[in-house]
Amino acid sequence: MTAETIIQSLASGLLMGLLYGLIAVGLALIFGLMDVVNFAHGEFLMIAMYATFFLFAFFAIDPLLSAPLVAAALFVFGAVVYLLIVRFAVRAKANAGMVQIFSTFGLAIVMRGLAQYFFTPDYRSVTHSWLGGKTVSVAGIFLPVPQLVGALVAIAAFGALYLFINRTDFGRALEATREDAGAVALVGIDKNKVFALGWGLGAALVGLSGAIMAIFFYIYPDVGASFALIAYVTVALGGFGSVFGAFAGGIIVGLVEATTALLLPPSLKAVGIYAVYLLVVFIRPRGLFGSM
Amino acid sequence: MDTAFAERRRRDLIVAFVLAAIAAVVPLFVKDVYVQNMMVLTLMWGALSQSWNILSGYCGQISLGHALYFGLGAYTTALLFTKFGVLPWFGMLGGGVISAAIAMALGYPCFRLRGHYFVIATIVIAEIGLLLFHNWDWAGAAMGIEIPVRGDSWLKFQFPRSKLPYFYFALALACVAWFVTWWLEDSKWGYWWRAVKDNPEAAESLGVVVFNSKMGAAAVSAFLVAVGGSFYAQFVYFIDPESVMGFQFSLLMALPAVLGGIGTLWGPLLGAVILIPLTELTRSYVGGSGRGVDLIVYGGLIIAISLARPQGLIGLFSPRRKEPAR
Repeated sequence: MTAETIIQSLASGLLMGLLYGLIAVGLALIFGLMDVVNFAHGEFLMIAMYATFFLFAFFAIDPLLSAPLVAAALFVFGAVVYLLIVRFAVRAKANAGMVQIFSTFGLAIVMRGLAQYFFTPDYRSVTHSWLGGKTVSVAGIFLPVPQLVGALVAIAAFGALYLFINRTDFGRALEATREDAGAVALVGIDKNKVFALGWGLGAALVGLSGAIMAIFFYIYPDVGASFALIAYVTVALGGFGSVFGAFAGGIIVGLVEATTALLLPPSLKAVGIYAVYLLVVFIRPRGLFGSM
Repeated sequence: MDTAFAERRRRDLIVAFVLAAIAAVVPLFVKDVYVQNMMVLTLMWGALSQSWNILSGYCGQISLGHALYFGLGAYTTALLFTKFGVLPWFGMLGGGVISAAIAMALGYPCFRLRGHYFVIATIVIAEIGLLLFHNWDWAGAAMGIEIPVRGDSWLKFQFPRSKLPYFYFALALACVAWFVTWWLEDSKWGYWWRAVKDNPEAAESLGVVVFNSKMGAAAVSAFLVAVGGSFYAQFVYFIDPESVMGFQFSLLMALPAVLGGIGTLWGPLLGAVILIPLTELTRSYVGGSGRGVDLIVYGGLIIAISLARPQGLIGLFSPRRKEPAR
């Protein structure tokens, strides 16, 4: 194993990690806002990928161009999911934690079933996209262009999210609601509206990730499952609810995955991620950046 | 209050005896193999869910990684039988002991985690187990293990010709899981678990040994689930990592309890009696096309029930357990 191989895989791990962070950040946002984990997060990613695929297959819209469209569609979808399901789940008086887990799990199963029904279990891919299959060489290291663009999009999205939360009225309402959902009602903020917009925003972010992922990943009904688990690990690693934690967690996960792939057979590369997750939470039970 | 509780416990026990007796004669009249198969699965999932309920329902530690113990039970039995010719009965016991030991070893660090951190840790640990078995050549890796059929025998626990022995074993398993739950409900552990579930800090301050009682729940729960896994391996004659340790098994164990009523004595069985036949029927009538209609029905049901009756369907049968009017 040469130094070059190591740097090469760490570099691709970093790129992939930023994308993992982007997938996870919507999850972190929703969790921070209302203490709810969306167990259908992977399926949100899956439909975003399908949406990207169909926009490409029917209208020849390149994933790079359809990304904002897909994000907007997912925004609506996320808000609707909040209004139709999550709104009621968080009201449950008995077994609140359970209800919230299983209603979103149920949604995940339905979405997977619908995808199988309408799109068949076949594997699909976006062929001949502008970026697909291209690589660039930076200082002797070859980087796949789709992942590179994905990482740049992720960084831009993190920046935009940061500005959004800190500079806009809605962002401030979001922050206030996550501080104290009861008190914001007193100053005339509609909690439900903020939660719905939070879900929309969280879903839009995963929509953006899905559009980028569609460039270089196969699309099939179960594609969300493994990415969802990585997203949960990413979020928990960073500390639930911390948007910055999701960003940092993503980078760590990407680097750990690349390192594991160097040391263990490829089929075991996820073991490294899971092991690091366990190690971190055993030492810091609230994640790296979660408040203790 | 105490006498009412004792009264309820006595009635539960009588009801259980009557139901078990009725269940025992049903297959003598219902000869249809498809239906018998469904009954075996219903009892098995009822028993598994009842065992899951001990840790996740009574003690409040929501585990979505119990497929690990199910798989360990199945693999221990299958490996001991195919590699060393050890009878499945010993495999069953061995799998149970191994699972209980692993559950306690994992509990040691995991029980410090709260809420979602704990849930995700259980998923992740089961996933690691799955990946390791996927790559473990001696245990058949991804190809799995075929269990050779050596003819009908209680000794070898194989009955290729009839579903009846499987039915009676599954019934016994469900009875044992139910009885263990019933027994623990009124034990020191049972009270501790409820205290731990409601308010761990308060329980700790009142002298409940929170950690030990969680460990106890984990061990009992894992042991019983492993016995179920061991039974399953003998029932289907073929196991591979995905088919005994996949995430869907963790989910399937939780669902009957969630549907019926989590942390209740009868919830898991009630949930299994409704859910398993429904699953099997939707699978055979609309799922055969492989187009996911069964998933849509199943998932829709989960959403509907968890939103409409968060306390589970068992509440419909016992109005007396409702909150007293104030």
